[in-house]
Amino acid sequence: MKTRLLVRRHSGMTRLTHWINVLALSLLLMSGLQIFNAHPALYWGAKSTFDRPWLSIGAAERAGRPVGLTQVAGKTFETTGVLGWSGKPGAARRQAFPAWATVPSWRDLASGRRWHFFFAWLFVINGLIYLAWSLIGGHIRRDLWPTRAQLRPRHILHEIVTHAQLKFPKGEEARSYNVLQKLSYLAVALGLLPLMVATGLTMSPGFNAAAPWLLDLFGGRQSARSIHFICASLIVLFIIVHLAMVVASGTWNNIRSMITGRYAIDVGGDVEGEVERAGQGESA
Amino acid sequence: MNSAHRRGWLKGAGASLGALWIAACDRVSGSRQGQGVLARAEGLTRRAQRLVVDRKALAREFSPTLISANFRANGSTNPSDPDYVAHRANGFADWKLVIDGLVERPLSLSLAELMAEPARTQITRHDCVEGWSDIAKWTGARLGPLLDKAGLKREARYIVFHCADSLGGQHADGSGRYYESVDLIDAYHPQTLLAYAMNGQPLPVAHGAPLRLRVERQLGYKQAKYVMRLEAVADFAHLGGGKGGFWEDRGYEWYAGI
Repeated sequence: MKTRLLVRRHSGMTRLTHWINVLALSLLLMSGLQIFNAHPALYWGAKSTFDRPWLSIGAAERAGRPVGLTQVAGKTFETTGVLGWSGKPGAARRQAFPAWATVPSWRDLASGRRWHFFFAWLFVINGLIYLAWSLIGGHIRRDLWPTRAQLRPRHILHEIVTHAQLKFPKGEEARSYNVLQKLSYLAVALGLLPLMVATGLTMSPGFNAAAPWLLDLFGGRQSARSIHFICASLIVLFIIVHLAMVVASGTWNNIRSMITGRYAIDVGGDVEGEVERAGQGESA
Repeated sequence: MNSAHRRGWLKGAGASLGALWIAACDRVSGSRQGQGVLARAEGLTRRAQRLVVDRKALAREFSPTLISANFRANGSTNPSDPDYVAHRANGFADWKLVIDGLVERPLSLSLAELMAEPARTQITRHDCVEGWSDIAKWTGARLGPLLDKAGLKREARYIVFHCADSLGGQHADGSGRYYESVDLIDAYHPQTLLAYAMNGQPLPVAHGAPLRLRVERQLGYKQAKYVMRLEAVADFAHLGGGKGGFWEDRGYEWYAGI
Protein backbone atom coordinates (compact mmCIF):
# COMPACT_ATOMS: atom_id res chain seq x y z
CA MET A 1 0.00 0.00 0.00
CA LYS A 2 1.26 3.41 -0.89
CA THR A 3 0.91 6.09 1.70
CA ARG A 4 1.32 9.77 1.28
CA LEU A 5 3.29 11.25 4.11
CA LEU A 6 3.64 14.94 4.88
CA VAL A 7 7.14 15.58 6.18
CA ARG A 8 8.57 18.78 7.59
CA ARG A 9 10.79 19.97 4.77
CA HIS A 10 11.72 23.59 5.44
CA SER A 11 12.12 25.42 8.72
CA GLY A 12 10.37 28.70 9.36
CA MET A 13 13.62 30.62 9.01
CA THR A 14 14.43 29.03 5.65
CA ARG A 15 10.96 29.86 4.34
CA LEU A 16 10.95 33.45 5.61
CA THR A 17 14.42 34.29 4.32
CA HIS A 18 13.66 32.52 1.02
CA TRP A 19 10.66 34.72 0.27
CA ILE A 20 12.37 37.93 1.39
CA ASN A 21 15.17 36.90 -0.95
CA VAL A 22 12.70 36.40 -3.81
CA LEU A 23 11.42 39.94 -3.32
CA ALA A 24 14.85 41.53 -2.85
CA LEU A 25 16.57 39.69 -5.70
CA SER A 26 13.75 40.42 -8.17
CA LEU A 27 13.95 44.12 -7.43
CA LEU A 28 17.75 44.14 -7.34
CA LEU A 29 17.83 42.46 -10.74
CA MET A 30 15.29 44.80 -12.35
CA SER A 31 16.74 47.98 -10.84
CA GLY A 32 20.20 46.68 -11.73
CA LEU A 33 19.15 46.44 -15.38
CA GLN A 34 17.88 50.03 -15.15
CA ILE A 35 21.32 51.09 -13.88
CA PHE A 36 23.07 49.03 -16.57
CA ASN A 37 20.95 50.77 -19.24
CA ALA A 38 22.56 54.12 -18.29
CA HIS A 39 25.85 52.84 -19.74
CA PRO A 40 25.26 49.51 -21.49
CA ALA A 41 28.88 48.47 -21.91
CA LEU A 42 31.29 46.41 -19.80
CA TYR A 43 35.08 46.51 -19.53
CA TRP A 44 37.99 44.83 -17.77
CA GLY A 45 40.42 46.73 -15.58
CA ALA A 46 40.28 49.90 -13.52
CA LYS A 47 38.85 52.22 -16.17
CA SER A 48 36.56 52.14 -19.20
CA THR A 49 38.17 51.48 -22.55
CA PHE A 50 35.25 52.99 -24.43
CA ASP A 51 36.26 51.73 -27.86
CA ARG A 52 36.81 48.15 -26.65
CA PRO A 53 34.02 46.97 -24.34
CA TRP A 54 33.87 43.15 -24.04
CA LEU A 55 30.10 43.44 -23.96
CA SER A 56 27.91 46.22 -25.28
CA ILE A 57 24.26 46.59 -26.20
CA GLY A 58 23.21 49.30 -28.64
CA ALA A 59 21.13 50.16 -31.66
CA ALA A 60 21.89 51.03 -35.26
CA GLU A 61 20.05 51.52 -38.53
CA ARG A 62 20.08 48.71 -41.05
CA ALA A 63 18.23 49.02 -44.37
CA GLY A 64 16.37 52.03 -43.03
CA ARG A 65 15.10 50.19 -39.95
CA PRO A 66 16.40 50.46 -36.39
CA VAL A 67 17.89 47.25 -35.08
CA GLY A 68 19.12 46.25 -31.65
CA LEU A 69 22.70 44.97 -31.60
CA THR A 70 24.45 43.04 -28.88
CA GLN A 71 28.21 42.65 -29.04
CA VAL A 72 29.99 40.01 -26.96
CA ALA A 73 33.74 39.47 -27.25
CA GLY A 74 33.85 41.02 -30.71
CA LYS A 75 30.86 39.10 -32.12
CA THR A 76 27.73 41.10 -32.90
CA PHE A 77 24.21 39.64 -32.80
CA GLU A 78 20.95 41.23 -33.91
CA THR A 79 18.67 41.32 -30.89
CA THR A 80 15.91 43.70 -32.03
CA GLY A 81 12.80 43.59 -29.85
CA VAL A 82 14.62 42.46 -26.72
CA LEU A 83 18.10 43.98 -26.44
CA GLY A 84 19.17 47.35 -27.85
CA TRP A 85 15.90 48.31 -29.52
CA SER A 86 12.51 47.40 -28.04
CA GLY A 87 9.03 48.59 -27.13
CA LYS A 88 5.48 48.52 -28.49
CA PRO A 89 5.06 49.43 -32.18
CA GLY A 90 5.31 53.20 -32.51
CA ALA A 91 6.84 53.56 -29.05
CA ALA A 92 9.92 51.43 -29.62
CA ARG A 93 13.14 53.07 -28.53
CA ARG A 94 16.82 52.60 -28.01
CA GLN A 95 17.33 50.85 -24.69
CA ALA A 96 19.67 48.03 -23.72
CA PHE A 97 17.22 45.98 -21.63
CA PRO A 98 13.51 46.32 -22.44
CA ALA A 99 11.07 48.33 -20.31
CA TRP A 100 9.38 45.18 -18.91
CA ALA A 101 12.71 44.07 -17.40
CA THR A 102 13.56 47.31 -15.58
CA VAL A 103 12.36 49.15 -12.47
CA PRO A 104 10.93 51.66 -13.09
CA SER A 105 9.82 50.66 -16.59
CA TRP A 106 10.72 54.12 -17.93
CA ARG A 107 14.30 55.35 -18.11
CA ASP A 108 15.20 56.79 -14.70
CA LEU A 109 18.67 56.09 -13.33
CA ALA A 110 18.07 58.02 -10.07
CA SER A 111 15.01 55.91 -9.18
CA GLY A 112 16.77 52.74 -10.29
CA ARG A 113 19.59 53.48 -7.85
CA ARG A 114 17.14 54.17 -5.03
CA TRP A 115 15.42 50.81 -5.56
CA HIS A 116 18.76 49.07 -5.88
CA PHE A 117 20.33 50.37 -2.69
CA PHE A 118 17.13 50.01 -0.63
CA PHE A 119 16.77 46.35 -1.56
CA ALA A 120 20.52 45.80 -1.33
CA TRP A 121 20.22 46.62 2.37
CA LEU A 122 17.24 44.29 2.77
CA PHE A 123 19.09 41.56 0.87
CA VAL A 124 22.27 41.92 2.96
CA ILE A 125 20.45 41.97 6.31
CA ASN A 126 18.30 38.99 5.26
CA GLY A 127 21.36 37.13 3.98
CA LEU A 128 23.34 37.74 7.18
CA ILE A 129 20.46 36.47 9.32
CA TYR A 130 20.17 33.37 7.11
CA LEU A 131 23.90 32.65 7.15
CA ALA A 132 24.26 33.18 10.91
CA TRP A 133 21.27 30.97 11.61
CA SER A 134 22.38 28.31 9.11
CA LEU A 135 25.90 28.12 10.46
CA ILE A 136 24.98 28.15 14.14
CA GLY A 137 21.82 26.07 13.82
CA GLY A 138 23.46 23.47 11.60
CA HIS A 139 21.25 23.95 8.53
CA ILE A 140 24.27 24.09 6.25
CA ARG A 141 26.02 21.10 7.82
CA ARG A 142 22.87 19.02 8.22
CA ASP A 143 20.82 19.85 5.11
CA LEU A 144 23.14 21.41 2.52
CA TRP A 145 26.56 19.81 2.93
CA PRO A 146 26.82 16.76 0.63
CA THR A 147 27.66 13.46 2.29
CA ARG A 148 30.72 11.50 1.29
CA ALA A 149 28.53 8.98 -0.53
CA GLN A 150 26.77 11.73 -2.44
CA LEU A 151 30.06 13.13 -3.67
CA ARG A 152 31.12 9.94 -5.41
CA PRO A 153 31.44 10.64 -9.14
CA ARG A 154 29.21 7.65 -9.93
CA HIS A 155 26.47 9.02 -7.74
CA ILE A 156 26.76 12.54 -9.17
CA LEU A 157 26.68 11.14 -12.71
CA HIS A 158 23.63 9.06 -11.84
CA GLU A 159 21.87 12.15 -10.45
CA ILE A 160 22.69 14.17 -13.57
CA VAL A 161 21.30 11.44 -15.83
CA THR A 162 18.10 10.97 -13.84
CA HIS A 163 17.59 14.75 -13.57
CA ALA A 164 17.98 15.05 -17.33
CA GLN A 165 15.25 12.40 -17.69
CA LEU A 166 13.13 14.44 -15.22
CA LYS A 167 13.11 11.50 -12.81
CA PHE A 168 13.41 12.65 -9.24
CA PRO A 169 14.09 10.84 -5.99
CA LYS A 170 10.96 9.33 -4.49
CA GLY A 171 9.94 8.07 -1.08
CA GLU A 172 12.51 8.10 1.71
CA GLU A 173 15.15 9.43 -0.69
CA ALA A 174 13.08 12.56 -1.25
CA ARG A 175 13.22 13.48 2.43
CA SER A 176 16.51 15.32 1.96
CA TYR A 177 18.08 17.33 -0.82
CA ASN A 178 19.81 15.42 -3.59
CA VAL A 179 23.44 16.15 -4.35
CA LEU A 180 22.78 18.44 -7.32
CA GLN A 181 20.41 20.49 -5.21
CA LYS A 182 22.93 20.71 -2.41
CA LEU A 183 25.78 21.75 -4.67
CA SER A 184 23.79 24.37 -6.53
CA TYR A 185 22.25 25.85 -3.37
CA LEU A 186 25.68 26.03 -1.76
CA ALA A 187 27.20 27.62 -4.86
CA VAL A 188 24.50 30.29 -4.86
CA ALA A 189 24.26 30.94 -1.11
CA LEU A 190 27.99 30.85 -0.35
CA GLY A 191 29.38 31.79 -3.77
CA LEU A 192 27.35 33.91 -6.16
CA LEU A 193 25.30 35.94 -3.68
CA PRO A 194 28.28 36.98 -1.50
CA LEU A 195 30.16 37.78 -4.73
CA MET A 196 27.32 40.09 -5.77
CA VAL A 197 27.70 42.03 -2.53
CA ALA A 198 31.50 42.16 -2.73
CA THR A 199 31.62 43.29 -6.37
CA GLY A 200 28.82 45.77 -5.70
CA LEU A 201 30.79 47.31 -2.84
CA THR A 202 33.90 47.40 -5.03
CA MET A 203 32.05 49.80 -7.35
CA SER A 204 31.56 52.25 -4.46
CA PRO A 205 34.23 54.99 -4.51
CA GLY A 206 33.58 55.58 -0.81
CA PHE A 207 34.04 51.94 0.15
CA ASN A 208 37.16 51.73 -2.07
CA ALA A 209 38.91 54.03 0.39
CA ALA A 210 38.09 51.64 3.26
CA ALA A 211 38.88 48.39 1.43
CA PRO A 212 41.24 49.05 -1.48
CA TRP A 213 42.17 45.33 -1.45
CA LEU A 214 38.80 44.59 -3.03
CA LEU A 215 39.94 46.51 -6.10
CA ASP A 216 43.00 44.25 -6.31
CA LEU A 217 40.93 41.13 -5.68
CA PHE A 218 38.60 41.80 -8.62
CA GLY A 219 41.10 43.55 -10.88
CA GLY A 220 39.73 47.09 -10.76
CA ARG A 221 36.37 48.84 -10.60
CA GLN A 222 35.32 48.10 -14.18
CA SER A 223 36.24 44.44 -13.73
CA ALA A 224 34.12 44.41 -10.58
CA ARG A 225 31.23 45.82 -12.61
CA SER A 226 31.69 43.07 -15.21
CA ILE A 227 31.83 40.33 -12.55
CA HIS A 228 28.73 41.84 -10.90
CA PHE A 229 26.91 41.50 -14.24
CA ILE A 230 28.19 37.96 -14.90
CA CYS A 231 27.22 36.76 -11.41
CA ALA A 232 23.78 38.33 -11.81
CA SER A 233 23.40 36.46 -15.11
CA LEU A 234 24.41 33.19 -13.43
CA ILE A 235 21.88 33.81 -10.67
CA VAL A 236 19.19 34.35 -13.31
CA LEU A 237 20.27 31.06 -14.93
CA PHE A 238 20.03 29.35 -11.53
CA ILE A 239 16.54 30.77 -10.98
CA ILE A 240 15.37 29.55 -14.39
CA VAL A 241 16.62 26.01 -13.70
CA HIS A 242 15.33 26.18 -10.11
CA LEU A 243 11.83 27.12 -11.31
CA ALA A 244 11.92 24.47 -14.04
CA MET A 245 12.83 21.85 -11.43
CA VAL A 246 10.05 23.08 -9.14
CA VAL A 247 7.55 22.57 -11.96
CA ALA A 248 9.03 19.26 -13.10
CA SER A 249 9.17 17.70 -9.64
CA GLY A 250 5.69 18.72 -8.49
CA THR A 251 4.76 22.38 -8.58
CA TRP A 252 2.21 22.49 -5.78
CA ASN A 253 4.04 20.15 -3.46
CA ASN A 254 7.16 22.28 -3.77
CA ILE A 255 5.39 25.60 -3.39
CA ARG A 256 3.42 24.31 -0.40
CA SER A 257 6.60 23.10 1.25
CA MET A 258 8.17 26.55 0.88
CA ILE A 259 5.07 28.19 2.37
CA THR A 260 3.84 25.79 5.08
CA GLY A 261 7.04 23.80 5.45
CA ARG A 262 5.28 20.48 4.68
CA TYR A 263 6.30 18.29 1.77
CA ALA A 264 4.49 15.19 0.63
CA ILE A 265 6.39 12.01 -0.10
CA ASP A 266 5.01 8.63 -1.09
CA VAL A 267 6.20 5.74 0.96
CA GLY A 268 5.27 2.11 1.03
CA GLY A 269 3.76 0.31 4.05
CA ASP A 270 2.81 1.67 7.42
CA VAL A 271 4.53 4.82 8.50
CA GLU A 272 4.56 7.07 11.45
CA GLY A 273 3.82 10.70 11.20
CA GLU A 274 1.17 12.80 9.65
CA VAL A 275 -0.47 10.57 7.08
CA GLU A 276 -2.63 11.49 4.18
CA ARG A 277 -4.16 8.88 1.87
CA ALA A 278 -2.77 8.72 -1.64
CA GLY A 279 -5.10 10.34 -4.08
CA GLN A 280 -5.93 13.13 -1.76
CA GLY A 281 -4.42 16.52 -2.26
CA GLU A 282 -2.14 17.03 -5.21
CA SER A 283 -0.87 14.08 -7.18
CA ALA A 284 1.17 14.73 -10.22
CA MET B 1 -5.32 18.57 -15.25
CA ASN B 2 -3.26 17.47 -18.24
CA SER B 3 0.23 18.87 -18.59
CA ALA B 4 -0.43 21.05 -21.66
CA HIS B 5 -3.38 22.63 -19.91
CA ARG B 6 -1.31 23.13 -16.79
CA ARG B 7 1.52 24.73 -18.73
CA GLY B 8 -0.90 27.11 -20.40
CA TRP B 9 -2.41 27.99 -17.07
CA LEU B 10 0.98 28.55 -15.45
CA LYS B 11 2.09 30.71 -18.35
CA GLY B 12 -1.05 32.84 -18.11
CA ALA B 13 -0.72 33.17 -14.36
CA GLY B 14 2.95 34.06 -14.73
CA ALA B 15 2.24 36.74 -17.32
CA SER B 16 -0.55 38.30 -15.23
CA LEU B 17 1.60 38.28 -12.11
CA GLY B 18 4.42 39.87 -14.08
CA ALA B 19 2.19 42.65 -15.40
CA LEU B 20 0.81 43.27 -11.91
CA TRP B 21 4.34 43.36 -10.50
CA ILE B 22 5.56 45.90 -13.08
CA ALA B 23 2.51 48.11 -12.51
CA ALA B 24 3.04 47.99 -8.75
CA CYS B 25 6.72 48.93 -9.05
CA ASP B 26 5.90 51.81 -11.40
CA ARG B 27 3.27 53.06 -8.97
CA VAL B 28 5.81 53.15 -6.17
CA SER B 29 8.37 54.84 -8.46
CA GLY B 30 5.83 57.47 -9.44
CA SER B 31 4.65 58.32 -5.94
CA ARG B 32 6.24 60.76 -3.51
CA GLN B 33 5.74 58.45 -0.54
CA GLY B 34 7.18 55.50 -2.43
CA GLN B 35 10.29 57.45 -3.37
CA GLY B 36 10.49 58.75 0.19
CA VAL B 37 10.60 55.22 1.61
CA LEU B 38 13.21 54.09 -0.93
CA ALA B 39 15.30 57.20 -0.23
CA ARG B 40 15.58 56.21 3.45
CA ALA B 41 18.30 53.77 2.48
CA GLU B 42 20.50 56.71 1.47
CA GLY B 43 20.90 57.91 5.06
CA LEU B 44 21.71 54.35 6.13
CA THR B 45 24.34 54.06 3.39
CA ARG B 46 25.93 57.39 4.31
CA ARG B 47 26.10 56.59 8.03
CA ALA B 48 27.39 53.08 7.39
CA GLN B 49 30.13 54.37 5.10
CA ARG B 50 31.08 57.16 7.49
CA LEU B 51 31.34 54.45 10.16
CA VAL B 52 33.58 52.05 8.25
CA VAL B 53 35.58 54.51 6.13
CA ASP B 54 38.16 56.49 8.06
CA ARG B 55 37.77 60.27 7.63
CA LYS B 56 41.24 60.50 6.15
CA ALA B 57 41.25 57.21 4.23
CA LEU B 58 42.55 57.94 0.76
CA ALA B 59 41.02 57.13 -2.58
CA ARG B 60 43.31 54.91 -4.65
CA GLU B 61 45.95 56.72 -6.69
CA PHE B 62 47.20 55.22 -9.95
CA SER B 63 50.39 55.11 -11.98
CA PRO B 64 50.73 57.59 -14.87
CA THR B 65 50.52 54.72 -17.39
CA LEU B 66 46.85 54.26 -16.48
CA ILE B 67 45.79 57.83 -17.34
CA SER B 68 42.88 57.74 -19.82
CA ALA B 69 43.81 58.92 -23.31
CA ASN B 70 40.30 60.17 -23.90
CA PHE B 71 38.74 61.23 -20.61
CA ARG B 72 34.99 61.49 -21.24
CA ALA B 73 33.38 64.89 -20.56
CA ASN B 74 29.83 64.80 -19.22
CA GLY B 75 27.25 67.42 -18.23
CA SER B 76 28.11 70.91 -19.48
CA THR B 77 31.09 70.79 -21.81
CA ASN B 78 31.03 74.33 -23.20
CA PRO B 79 28.84 76.70 -21.15
CA SER B 80 27.08 79.47 -23.08
CA ASP B 81 26.23 81.58 -20.03
CA PRO B 82 27.28 85.19 -20.93
CA ASP B 83 29.47 85.69 -17.83
CA TYR B 84 31.33 82.50 -18.51
CA VAL B 85 31.74 83.24 -22.22
CA ALA B 86 33.27 86.64 -21.32
CA HIS B 87 35.70 85.08 -18.79
CA ARG B 88 36.69 82.46 -21.29
CA ALA B 89 37.25 85.08 -24.02
CA ASN B 90 39.93 86.85 -21.99
CA GLY B 91 41.58 83.73 -20.70
CA PHE B 92 40.07 83.97 -17.19
CA ALA B 93 42.33 87.01 -16.50
CA ASP B 94 39.60 88.79 -14.48
CA TRP B 95 38.16 85.59 -13.04
CA LYS B 96 38.14 85.39 -9.25
CA LEU B 97 37.10 82.65 -6.89
CA VAL B 98 34.94 83.98 -4.08
CA ILE B 99 34.86 82.25 -0.71
CA ASP B 100 32.14 83.65 1.54
CA GLY B 101 29.11 82.71 3.61
CA LEU B 102 29.77 81.62 7.18
CA VAL B 103 33.45 82.62 7.19
CA GLU B 104 35.40 85.13 9.28
CA ARG B 105 37.38 86.55 6.35
CA PRO B 106 35.70 86.35 2.93
CA LEU B 107 38.24 85.80 0.17
CA SER B 108 38.48 86.67 -3.49
CA LEU B 109 41.32 84.89 -5.26
CA SER B 110 42.64 85.14 -8.80
CA LEU B 111 43.82 82.00 -10.56
CA ALA B 112 47.46 83.01 -9.93
CA GLU B 113 46.74 83.52 -6.21
CA LEU B 114 44.98 80.17 -6.03
CA MET B 115 47.99 78.47 -7.62
CA ALA B 116 50.21 79.91 -4.86
CA GLU B 117 48.12 78.12 -2.19
CA PRO B 118 49.09 74.70 -0.77
CA ALA B 119 48.64 72.31 -3.67
CA ARG B 120 48.46 68.61 -4.34
CA THR B 121 48.76 66.44 -7.44
CA GLN B 122 47.02 63.07 -7.63
CA ILE B 123 46.16 60.48 -10.27
CA THR B 124 42.69 59.26 -9.44
CA ARG B 125 39.71 57.51 -10.93
CA HIS B 126 36.58 59.42 -11.87
CA ASP B 127 33.43 57.29 -11.58
CA CYS B 128 30.37 58.50 -13.43
CA VAL B 129 27.01 57.61 -11.89
CA GLU B 130 26.21 56.01 -15.26
CA GLY B 131 28.80 53.34 -14.57
CA TRP B 132 31.95 54.20 -16.50
CA SER B 133 35.34 55.24 -15.08
CA ASP B 134 38.24 57.33 -16.36
CA ILE B 135 41.62 58.13 -14.82
CA ALA B 136 43.39 61.52 -14.85
CA LYS B 137 46.06 63.48 -13.03
CA TRP B 138 44.68 66.46 -11.15
CA THR B 139 46.59 69.38 -9.66
CA GLY B 140 44.88 71.90 -7.47
CA ALA B 141 44.69 73.88 -4.26
CA ARG B 142 43.76 71.77 -1.25
CA LEU B 143 40.37 72.85 -0.01
CA GLY B 144 41.07 72.39 3.72
CA PRO B 145 43.86 74.99 4.05
CA LEU B 146 41.83 77.44 1.94
CA LEU B 147 38.88 77.12 4.28
CA ASP B 148 41.19 77.63 7.25
CA LYS B 149 42.48 80.79 5.59
CA ALA B 150 38.93 82.10 5.28
CA GLY B 151 38.16 80.88 8.82
CA LEU B 152 34.94 78.87 9.05
CA LYS B 153 32.43 80.06 11.61
CA ARG B 154 31.21 77.55 14.17
CA GLU B 155 27.82 77.19 12.49
CA ALA B 156 29.27 76.22 9.11
CA ARG B 157 28.47 72.60 8.28
CA TYR B 158 28.60 72.39 4.48
CA ILE B 159 30.54 73.99 1.66
CA VAL B 160 28.42 74.87 -1.38
CA PHE B 161 30.05 75.18 -4.80
CA HIS B 162 28.30 77.65 -7.09
CA CYS B 163 29.09 77.08 -10.75
CA ALA B 164 29.03 79.18 -13.93
CA ASP B 165 27.16 76.70 -16.13
CA SER B 166 23.39 76.36 -16.51
CA LEU B 167 22.95 72.66 -17.23
CA GLY B 168 19.24 73.04 -16.44
CA GLY B 169 18.76 75.94 -18.89
CA GLN B 170 19.50 79.64 -18.45
CA HIS B 171 16.79 81.23 -16.33
CA ALA B 172 16.71 84.79 -14.95
CA ASP B 173 16.52 83.46 -11.38
CA GLY B 174 19.52 81.21 -11.93
CA SER B 175 17.47 78.09 -11.21
CA GLY B 176 19.19 76.10 -13.95
CA ARG B 177 22.66 76.72 -12.54
CA TYR B 178 24.85 73.83 -11.51
CA TYR B 179 25.81 73.65 -7.87
CA GLU B 180 27.05 71.08 -5.42
CA SER B 181 27.78 70.70 -1.74
CA VAL B 182 29.91 68.56 0.56
CA ASP B 183 30.11 68.23 4.32
CA LEU B 184 33.20 69.25 6.29
CA ILE B 185 34.52 65.68 6.43
CA ASP B 186 34.92 65.66 2.67
CA ALA B 187 35.88 69.37 2.51
CA TYR B 188 38.86 68.70 4.78
CA HIS B 189 39.83 65.37 3.22
CA PRO B 190 43.49 65.54 2.10
CA GLN B 191 42.58 64.66 -1.51
CA THR B 192 39.82 67.26 -1.86
CA LEU B 193 41.09 69.81 -4.34
CA LEU B 194 40.05 72.83 -6.33
CA ALA B 195 41.76 71.59 -9.47
CA TYR B 196 43.16 73.99 -12.06
CA ALA B 197 45.25 71.47 -14.00
CA MET B 198 44.48 68.13 -15.61
CA ASN B 199 47.26 65.81 -16.80
CA GLY B 200 49.78 68.65 -16.35
CA GLN B 201 47.88 71.11 -18.58
CA PRO B 202 45.54 73.96 -17.64
CA LEU B 203 42.08 72.49 -17.03
CA PRO B 204 40.30 72.24 -20.44
CA VAL B 205 36.91 73.94 -20.89
CA ALA B 206 35.16 70.57 -21.36
CA HIS B 207 36.42 69.52 -17.91
CA GLY B 208 35.49 72.71 -16.05
CA ALA B 209 38.04 75.48 -16.78
CA PRO B 210 39.30 77.34 -14.93
CA LEU B 211 38.47 75.44 -11.72
CA ARG B 212 36.71 72.24 -10.72
CA LEU B 213 36.17 70.34 -7.52
CA ARG B 214 37.77 66.96 -6.89
CA VAL B 215 36.17 65.07 -4.03
CA GLU B 216 37.65 61.68 -4.76
CA ARG B 217 35.54 59.36 -2.65
CA GLN B 218 32.30 60.27 -4.41
CA LEU B 219 30.79 59.93 -7.89
CA GLY B 220 31.31 62.20 -10.89
CA TYR B 221 28.37 64.53 -10.41
CA LYS B 222 29.87 65.76 -7.11
CA GLN B 223 32.98 66.95 -9.02
CA ALA B 224 31.47 70.38 -9.83
CA LYS B 225 33.00 72.10 -12.86
CA TYR B 226 33.28 75.87 -13.65
CA VAL B 227 33.39 76.68 -9.91
CA MET B 228 32.91 80.43 -9.26
CA ARG B 229 32.09 80.71 -5.60
CA LEU B 230 32.36 78.71 -2.40
CA GLU B 231 29.78 79.42 0.25
CA ALA B 232 29.99 78.05 3.78
CA VAL B 233 26.48 77.31 5.06
CA ALA B 234 24.77 75.75 8.06
CA ASP B 235 22.11 74.18 5.85
CA PHE B 236 21.37 74.06 2.12
CA ALA B 237 17.58 73.83 2.22
CA HIS B 238 17.21 77.40 0.89
CA LEU B 239 19.36 76.75 -2.19
CA GLY B 240 18.02 75.51 -5.52
CA GLY B 241 15.61 72.64 -4.97
CA GLY B 242 16.86 72.28 -1.40
CA LYS B 243 18.63 68.94 -1.85
CA GLY B 244 22.18 70.29 -1.94
CA GLY B 245 23.02 69.99 -5.62
CA PHE B 246 21.87 70.13 -9.23
CA TRP B 247 21.48 66.35 -9.63
CA GLU B 248 20.35 65.91 -6.04
CA ASP B 249 17.40 68.20 -6.87
CA ARG B 250 16.67 65.76 -9.71
CA GLY B 251 16.53 62.64 -7.54
CA TYR B 252 20.17 61.59 -7.13
CA GLU B 253 21.71 60.93 -3.71
CA TRP B 254 23.42 63.79 -1.88
CA TYR B 255 25.91 61.31 -0.50
CA ALA B 256 27.39 59.88 -3.69
CA GLY B 257 29.98 57.55 -2.16
CA ILE B 258 28.16 54.57 -3.66
